[in-house]
Amino acid sequence: MSSREHILSAVRRAAAPDVPRPSAFSGWQRFEEPLAHFARMLGEVGGTLVRVISEDALRDSVASLEVVAKAKKVASLVPEAHPGTVRLAGVEDPHQLASVEVAVLRGAFGVAENGAVWVPGAALGARRALLFVCQHLVLVVDPADVVPTLHEAYARLRFEGPNFGCFVAGPSKTADIEQALVIGAHGARSATVFLVG
Amino acid sequence: MTDVGLFIPCYVDQCYPEVGLAAVRLLERLNCPVDFPEAQTCCGQPMGNSGSAEAARPLAERYLSIFERYRYVVCPSGSCTAMVRHHYRDLLPSSPLLEAVTQKTYELCEFIVDVLGVARIPGAFPRTVALHQSCHALRELRLASSSERVVPHVDKVRGLLASLDGIRFAPLALKDECCGFGGIFSVEEEAVSCAMGKDRLSDFVHGAADVVTGVDMSCLMHLQGLAARAKTPVRFLHVAEILAGAAA
Amino acid sequence: MTPHAKRAAAYVANTARMHWHDKALWHVREKRDRAAATVPEWEALRTQAAALKAHTLSRLGEYLEAFEANARKLGAEVHWAVDAEEHNRVVLGILKERGLSRLVKSKSMLTEECHLNGFLEKHGVDVIDSDLGERIVQLARETPSHIVLPAIHKKKEEIGELFFQHLKTDKGASDPKYLTEAARGHLRERFLAADAGLTGVNFAIAETGGIVVCTNEGNADLGASLPRVHIASLGVEKLIPKAEDLPVFLRLLARSATGQPVTSYTSHFHGPRPGGELHLVIVDNGRSALLASATHRRALSCIRCGACMNTCPVFRRSGGHSYGATVPGPIGSVLSPSADAKRYAGLPFASSLCGSCTDVCPVKIDLHHQLLVWRQELGEAGLTPLSKRLAARLGSFVLQRPWLYRLVGWLGRAALRRLPRALLYLPLNAWGRQRELPPAPARSFRARFKKALR
Repeated sequence: MSSREHILSAVRRAAAPDVPRPSAFSGWQRFEEPLAHFARMLGEVGGTLVRVISEDALRDSVASLEVVAKAKKVASLVPEAHPGTVRLAGVEDPHQLASVEVAVLRGAFGVAENGAVWVPGAALGARRALLFVCQHLVLVVDPADVVPTLHEAYARLRFEGPNFGCFVAGPSKTADIEQALVIGAHGARSATVFLVG
Repeated sequence: MTDVGLFIPCYVDQCYPEVGLAAVRLLERLNCPVDFPEAQTCCGQPMGNSGSAEAARPLAERYLSIFERYRYVVCPSGSCTAMVRHHYRDLLPSSPLLEAVTQKTYELCEFIVDVLGVARIPGAFPRTVALHQSCHALRELRLASSSERVVPHVDKVRGLLASLDGIRFAPLALKDECCGFGGIFSVEEEAVSCAMGKDRLSDFVHGAADVVTGVDMSCLMHLQGLAARAKTPVRFLHVAEILAGAAA
Repeated sequence: MTPHAKRAAAYVANTARMHWHDKALWHVREKRDRAAATVPEWEALRTQAAALKAHTLSRLGEYLEAFEANARKLGAEVHWAVDAEEHNRVVLGILKERGLSRLVKSKSMLTEECHLNGFLEKHGVDVIDSDLGERIVQLARETPSHIVLPAIHKKKEEIGELFFQHLKTDKGASDPKYLTEAARGHLRERFLAADAGLTGVNFAIAETGGIVVCTNEGNADLGASLPRVHIASLGVEKLIPKAEDLPVFLRLLARSATGQPVTSYTSHFHGPRPGGELHLVIVDNGRSALLASATHRRALSCIRCGACMNTCPVFRRSGGHSYGATVPGPIGSVLSPSADAKRYAGLPFASSLCGSCTDVCPVKIDLHHQLLVWRQELGEAGLTPLSKRLAARLGSFVLQRPWLYRLVGWLGRAALRRLPRALLYLPLNAWGRQRELPPAPARSFRARFKKALR
């Protein structure tokens, strides 16, 4: 008997009595001002929010971020936010992106309850490491795409075919040394979310 | 013969008779005379908790037959009540007798509030009181809302005590931390048990408590033992004693 | 004395350290409370999570097969491992077949359970634990003392000393920011040099064939996205039916574990990355045995948040290492006896049964009740000390006979009143070491009540 058969038959033999699937969850919290809540929660998870009204303002605002101004290597998949100084097209080996200081990526939507932004991996492809290996992260989101909670978030997500996606909530962090919160562990040291519109 | 049978924990019977007497006096003042069937001894919790279900089982059976005839059974102990109501079903097969007797067993304060419908006890107790939330009463009988859960605030015992004139409640850093008694835990893991108890006492003393109270004399017995050894000047009274006007 | 009782007594003896550890963990519990309070529907979420897990476990075979089929469709390779040894062999096999020998690992309690690191190292694989807390204990040659906060037992000065020795940080430096920065640099080289990455799995979605990994540091994702080969180990209980079930668990997980609204990264892997490989290793290692137990199968709902450890007044004062099990604390004391009843027979007794764990558990496992049932199962199996069983039988004998109970009570009280202190408080008297004995009144309640009635 293969291990697979061994395990599956052991699991079936365990004969746990059937428990029906519960009905869909409902009645979760609402926010008076989802965008304000998103801003507050993003701050709580160590990120920064910048609101701009137009693409021009976006471009200026991104360029004037201290981490962007100081960066030699900016990788951007959001040309209207930053042209980028590193060519991403044709880069198949993510190791080549190890020296990128700032990554500018598009967020599909934000989640007010926890300050997270969904970053779909399709545009990144084999270079998804960019999201984690960069020193500083810039995410661009449409404020109309800020949903209240993860319930609404998953109602928008479809997982079909091979894909990668990640909810990014602020920069990387750790509290492994005496519970002292340190922002910037192995991933990005900072995360700035631009809401455009 | 009355409607209400009184169940007195074995350690109250032997070591703290005044607590049992206060419970009787309190209920009589509330027009609820009680009967004390003498055949009773112990709910069996020490045996069950030490892993000897077979030793606990006959005691559970005795309890059911002794208290079958009453409409209610009242017990001045959260942990013994929880043993009966929640854990007898682990020891004995389901039966109408088991269901009936266990479900009509109440801890003293919950009986006063929920069955007698009494919310206020006339009297005075001008002292600062540290109310210790005994774990079984709190997390099994749900006499109060536990700090872990996001539920509306409820505290049946505090509600009764609060109705006494002049009473003040000592503010506690930890609302419902375990005292560390835990039955055999108190001797099998003596070091941790006493560390927990000492921390609890520190909290009470820091809140300037004159009196420490609760619904379980077992918790208080452990805390009192620690306090006496350390000569901590705090008095220990079961809630029944305070409510029955036993204290000055 | 059980092994836990011995180790706990030693831990408690260092009062300053014990209080420090207690406060550190209580602080995490308080953060959890504040986070939970921001979600009015918190208790409803717990109920839903518990129901979803119970449902999944009742059809686990079905969901496992669906998960495998869907994962394969996405291009992942699915392996099955009956026990720890097989898991380790499978992981080694994947590496050796491809000539890989530099593995970077992120936190996975399952791989701790399987003792993967030692096995791989013996077979020529260089293994780096990339989670900061795990790296700290790896350098210290210790095991993690907590499933979420592996180095919670270590003071920053100790970590500073460790880093001075291994990472060449400044002698005496203990600032967490400085030490974290040093670890960042040291580990970054490893991420870039690794030829394979191994992660755990928080949730495996049957309907889509995807896996979800929740982390804060970014190490799991660097390990999964830089090297071409990503290995993900999961216990069979990690299954959930649909993607739409994720919000229920995700809204509970980080808040319960650390008090954060969500972890920094919640990565959803559906198949390998373009040009890469994804290997899913599904492990039983005793989980199907737990599933077969009507009382204990609920323990398989555990989402490894660690909240039970943070709240447990015993864990806080005795430390994770005193449990001697891969997973310590309340959940560990429920899971371990299933794996080895003889070895872990003492763990269900390392508890005052206060029930705080049950009330914080995001999936509503009735932990304290399961500990009580374990005690009775172990007693029945003859795995509790004979003296304890005899004492219980003797106690029961006396208590079944009111006349004997009254006599023994009267004699006991009389002795307590008459015996000299020196005799009463002999070292044998564990109660009396730090406590006065209870009072011994002349007359019992029943004697006085009877008198009052006449």
